Amino acid sequence: MFVFTIRRILQTIPVLLGVTILVFLMMHLVPGDAAQIIAGEAASQQTIEQIRERLGLNDPLPMQYFNFLLNALQGDLGTSIQSGQEVTEEVFSRFWVTLELAFYSMILSVFIGLIAGIISAVRHYTLTDALTMIIALFGLSMPNFWLGLMLMQWFAIELKIFPVSGWGSPEQIVLPVIALGTAGAAIIARMTRSSMLEVISQDYIRTARAKGVKERYVIYKHALKNALIPVVTVIGLEFGTLLTGAVLTETVFSINGLGRYIVESIQARDFPAVQGSVLVVAVIFIIVNLLVDISYRFLNKRIDLN
Amino acid sequence: MTTKLLEINNLKQYFPIKGGIFGRTVNHVKAVDDVSFYVNEGETLSIVGESGCGKSTTGRAVLRLDDPTSGEITFQGDDLLALNKQQMRRKRKDLQIIFQDPYASINPRQTVRQILEEAMSIQKVLPKAERMDKIMELLDTVGLGSHQLDRFPHEFSGGQRQRIGIARALAVDPKFIVCDESVSALDVSIQAQVLNLLKQLQRDLNLTYLFIAHDLGVVRHISDRVAVMYLGKIVEIGEKKEIFDNPKHPYTKSLLSAIPVPDPSNQQERIHLKGDVPSPIDPPTGCRFHTRCPFATEKCKNEVPELRVTKDMTGTHQAACHHIEEIESGAKQPNY
Amino acid sequence: MSQNENVLEISDLRTSFFIEGDEIKAVDGVTINVPKGKTVGVVGESGSGKSITSLSIMRLIQHPGEIVEGSISMNGEDLLSKSERQMQQLRGNQISMIFQEPMTSLNPVYTVGEQISEVYRIHQGLSKKEALTKSVEMLELVGIPSPKERIKQYPHELSGGMRQRVMIAIALACNPELLIADEPTTALDVTIQAQILELIKKLQSQLGMSVFLITHDLGVVAETCDYVAVMYAGKIVEYADVHSLFRSPKHPYTVGLMQSLPRHDIDQEELNVIEGNVPKPGNMPDGCRFAPRCPFASDICEKRLPDLDELENGNKVRCWIYSDEWDGKAEVNVVDDYKTAGNQ
Repeated sequence: MFVFTIRRILQTIPVLLGVTILVFLMMHLVPGDAAQIIAGEAASQQTIEQIRERLGLNDPLPMQYFNFLLNALQGDLGTSIQSGQEVTEEVFSRFWVTLELAFYSMILSVFIGLIAGIISAVRHYTLTDALTMIIALFGLSMPNFWLGLMLMQWFAIELKIFPVSGWGSPEQIVLPVIALGTAGAAIIARMTRSSMLEVISQDYIRTARAKGVKERYVIYKHALKNALIPVVTVIGLEFGTLLTGAVLTETVFSINGLGRYIVESIQARDFPAVQGSVLVVAVIFIIVNLLVDISYRFLNKRIDLN
Repeated sequence: MTTKLLEINNLKQYFPIKGGIFGRTVNHVKAVDDVSFYVNEGETLSIVGESGCGKSTTGRAVLRLDDPTSGEITFQGDDLLALNKQQMRRKRKDLQIIFQDPYASINPRQTVRQILEEAMSIQKVLPKAERMDKIMELLDTVGLGSHQLDRFPHEFSGGQRQRIGIARALAVDPKFIVCDESVSALDVSIQAQVLNLLKQLQRDLNLTYLFIAHDLGVVRHISDRVAVMYLGKIVEIGEKKEIFDNPKHPYTKSLLSAIPVPDPSNQQERIHLKGDVPSPIDPPTGCRFHTRCPFATEKCKNEVPELRVTKDMTGTHQAACHHIEEIESGAKQPNY
Repeated sequence: MSQNENVLEISDLRTSFFIEGDEIKAVDGVTINVPKGKTVGVVGESGSGKSITSLSIMRLIQHPGEIVEGSISMNGEDLLSKSERQMQQLRGNQISMIFQEPMTSLNPVYTVGEQISEVYRIHQGLSKKEALTKSVEMLELVGIPSPKERIKQYPHELSGGMRQRVMIAIALACNPELLIADEPTTALDVTIQAQILELIKKLQSQLGMSVFLITHDLGVVAETCDYVAVMYAGKIVEYADVHSLFRSPKHPYTVGLMQSLPRHDIDQEELNVIEGNVPKPGNMPDGCRFAPRCPFASDICEKRLPDLDELENGNKVRCWIYSDEWDGKAEVNVVDDYKTAGNQ
């Protein structure tokens, strides 16, 4: 287990390096001169040259990358063009909002997804199963921004139960979390169901029944723990999807999160801000995956070290 | 006059085990460890043993389905391990294999006709025009009807699928067939049908079999000679009659005595073996059977016994045990 | 023997699977008793319905299967009229079961100790600690070395033979009156099979339980059973004490089964073969189900299904040859004539 964890952590190093290279190249290879953008349309050639010098844009590309990496490692992601603030600071202040949104949505997804999936599997061949799966299919097919708009229309504008936009108070949280969490709930429900159905047909479930274990415990003790193993992976991946999905949800509900920050930065061609926030999201994504892998291994002790 | 069709010398097959933080090779599974034997033309040599003894690995190595770690495999005078991929592919025309579950080794989307046609076209056995006749002949040989020609594998029962597997092996007119647990998955009544078929084909086509099985009843029925393997080594080899009626190695004896006899009034005395087969990763030193052998001594722990002949053995019978004479004379008693 | 000596009595059991509106009768009118302290074997090939019979006793038939009719009673109590709750109290307690696949029959995410102690906790209400102590004793009883360490291990850390011992420990934990063993040694190597069969026999005499043994292996039957039922295509075709069955089998299928078995202890020239295949469950012959493969089959065999009739010695056979209505060749000796009859 220890060796596995160490090895898995070591394996993320090349991935992280790869990500930084990609993010760096992406920003440097897109058409348009960064110095030109910063200086504005009317700037003189000399001003642009000065900016280039200051940002190190005249250095060879590998040198620039090296500096970028060195700064990033020290927590310095450059200065935002729009606001003139430190990108690191801006990204993290916005990031907490997104993380909150994603976290609540995650809880909703897992809670509803697991319950629906288990009920569906246990009541296999019944109407309950069919209905649950139809609802799940709907949940899966609805784009979160559309669902967000519909929720806003019904519950905020017509029924006036919840506020239309913003983030912070409990009432403000409800609608965005439902909008963002529904698809995940549907995916987890479907995964849980198929995993449960597979586990229920296993020999050891028959053994449990033959021991006289009550059906409730057969399901919740013997089947669920096994069935959850593949579901954990899906939950982990779902977290990444939530982070990206947050971009649209935040835009719809005017939430000042990282997603909206990225969108605004792209619109303003604020390349240090885009570069910095994309990097942060990518790193979070990798860390979540790492945690999923380790917990997967913890749940399923049979996985070979290879 | 018998000629050796296949000869194997000092065959070793080690599979690496990766481990540690950097995934280095930390150890080996010694699946087959220094095995030598030969198969005469037209005979059936069976390899028997329990799971993990290396019998299937040996069969696969002969066909180079896995490349052996070291050793020598000579088929009709050619060194198979010296052949390159293309030469080996051509050689496979003469060397075929029938698996335990043919379903796992045939394309489920191909009909019987396509399966057989493909086998022939890969080896370019016959001009295209004559292949159809050959296919019909093959079906007849293995006891399938011409109306089954365009059916898919899933439409057949287990026994019939095994017949398809046999037909495919025969499609290229091989000289030598490895039967890897070919009848193990079949019900008794169907197993008998397939065994009789294999025997009849051997007579008619002068085939040579390397028959790999764990069922000693089946082995006694089909073999001319038998090799008994334990943890990657041959512990006893010889003519069928010798192995079954005059076994010398304690493992062979206990294996034979462990099989339930289908006759309630003729139950034999049993030689009890302690525990499980040890892991082939770190096999016991000396005689690999010493950890379970009721006759084991200090010598067995330290010295690897070689296959050897003792005085009341006949034919090509050999066994690898230090204490055959003492056990036979009763000087050594089992120590449970 | 008198009625109350039987631990288990099954009569006219029919268990079917309902697939796309069709009823597939996997077990079709099976009647069999298990006398106290004895071992009754059910032997048959795949698809004969032997495993479904054993699962029916446990009432563990899953959708789309169903016990359609018949009765199963244990010590005079009707199992089929019991509630699911009452069955749960019996399972693992008075009736236990072990299965063919030791590799997959244990839950991979719980330790061996947890899985054995669960039985004590359910049926005897023991505390966690008491249950674990009992589990260690049980592991010792089934011959697992260093049981104190073993209870902390997960199934994947054990060999197949060890896992089957653990399964036996689970099954016998509450000292059941009846053990149902469904192909308990089929997946094991012969030397391990010998150990496991020996263990079951030893524990049977120690604990005085009855065993209902399902197997396809005639050798295992000869070695362990007192009485044997031979099943073919959902029906019992012959029932006899083990010595009579092997000395003078009556049903042509039993004879065919024995003569097609390659033996390790004697030389045989050619194996006698049962021609053809087992009939498909949806497409059973009208008459005797073995008639299409039977070398003795005559007109009556193809038209009417014979009953399982009792012979003079109390054994039973389902074959027209032994009835007054037999219309085939007179003086049939099924054992000696099996081969020649097939060649006609």
